[in-house]
Amino acid sequence: MTDHQHSRGEPPTESKSRGILPGLVKGLITTAKTLGTPTHTAEYPDTMPYLPPRSQGVIALLEENCTSCMLCARECPDWCIYIDSHKETLPATTEGGRERQRNVLDRFAIDFSLCMYCGICVEVCPFDALHWSPEFEYAEVDIKDLLHEKARLGQWMPTVPPPPALDTRSAEPQEVTAANKPPRTAPEPKA
Amino acid sequence: MNPVIEVVIRSVCVLAVFLVLPLLVGQTEHKVMAHMQGRLGPMYAGGFHGWAQLVADAAKFIQKEDITPRAADRTVFKLAPAVALVPYLVALAVIPISPTLVGADVDAGVLFVLAASGVGILGLLMAGWSSANKYSLLGGMRAAAQLLSYELPLVLSVASVALAAGTLSLTGIVDAWHPLWLLWQLPGALVFLVAGVAELQRPPFDMPLADSEIVMGPFTEYTGLRFAFFLLSEYAGIVVMSLLFTVLFLGGWHGLFSDYLGPLWTILKGFVIAVLIIWMRVSWPRLREDQLQRLAWLILVPVALAQLALTAVWVVLSSR
Repeated sequence: MTDHQHSRGEPPTESKSRGILPGLVKGLITTAKTLGTPTHTAEYPDTMPYLPPRSQGVIALLEENCTSCMLCARECPDWCIYIDSHKETLPATTEGGRERQRNVLDRFAIDFSLCMYCGICVEVCPFDALHWSPEFEYAEVDIKDLLHEKARLGQWMPTVPPPPALDTRSAEPQEVTAANKPPRTAPEPKA
Repeated sequence: MNPVIEVVIRSVCVLAVFLVLPLLVGQTEHKVMAHMQGRLGPMYAGGFHGWAQLVADAAKFIQKEDITPRAADRTVFKLAPAVALVPYLVALAVIPISPTLVGADVDAGVLFVLAASGVGILGLLMAGWSSANKYSLLGGMRAAAQLLSYELPLVLSVASVALAAGTLSLTGIVDAWHPLWLLWQLPGALVFLVAGVAELQRPPFDMPLADSEIVMGPFTEYTGLRFAFFLLSEYAGIVVMSLLFTVLFLGGWHGLFSDYLGPLWTILKGFVIAVLIIWMRVSWPRLREDQLQRLAWLILVPVALAQLALTAVWVVLSSR
């Protein structure tokens, strides 16, 4: 086999000219060294894994922020978000004022047996009502139990990590810019 | 003592050793291999560092369905695991742990062990042939080719030791052993170790099993308990080979306080050899089929013959 190579005039490779023994001994030394070093395996149920703040574990709901605008439900690729709401009329706050109407959230549920963790709902929510939480221990025996209502979704809210800090010299967040803007003054009457 | 009772007691003891030592070696392999690869290995079965993993495995294997392929040669297929396993049990019975601690002290123990472990090959061939599966057949043929070529250097290196000791009895060989043999019989010992590992088809000589190319060789079609028997025979083979190596080349029970600690020395030396066999598995890649044959015929057989000649010359010169 190697004779063919030699007859074609190819020089023997370096590893072959050095013989077979050093390589074999090197292999033995490597494995022995690994045997001597402590393993860095952390076994999950005993030690909790470190999860970065951006981990997509479960979707938490901040109910106060939700306006039942249905954007998340409509953008969801596999329609796993259920939203029910009704309209409520608020009486006028000032005398002679106008009555206001608003949506009240009755039901917000995510079926995690359908969810594919794409995060589109979190991205699309204009009011920051949906958040990613790194929490992942919510396995169920029955697949039907994976449909979680708003109460359960709200319980995950405290596990949502604070957003990572902005880069240095980056622009201020939109909210801060808006808040710092000087209030508009009435235009001066023309003379 | 009544000879019948004595035979029964000895057989039960050998059987117990046969069932316990391979499990110990298997567990050692689990843990040593894991740590050599930067893993932990089994950690939960039995509570403390997964000591009961193999017991749990056995419980699992027992529950599995015993499948025989429709096209298989049923009798041969079903008999094969037993043929692979029992020879090692028989071989273990005559290997002495100490001058008195031996299942059956046979006069030509060396011959007996080699003959018995040679039968084990038949089990693999039977499994490969009767499975009606091309991978099994390929594996069986490879096993036959490999075991036939490595039997020769194995026997030659053992012959050298037997010649040096002037006896075929295993106890006699250990009694005749001298520390200088470590040097004198070194080439033979290396040949025996390499050929022994090849006989067991352990990596780097696992061409017949080669799970990445022929699934599991002769064991492909086996399930459940029969498959477990093949696995057990592999580890029993390691035990037999390690103890045989200890007895032939490392002087068995010779050592400090060998009057009291004799058996312990044999077991300890055998264990070191078993760990060495595991170590080789973890460190080295598999040999190709042609490299395998080349190693046997072009290196091991000449070295074993040279060792035999050296031993013969030395024995003749020293006896004059």
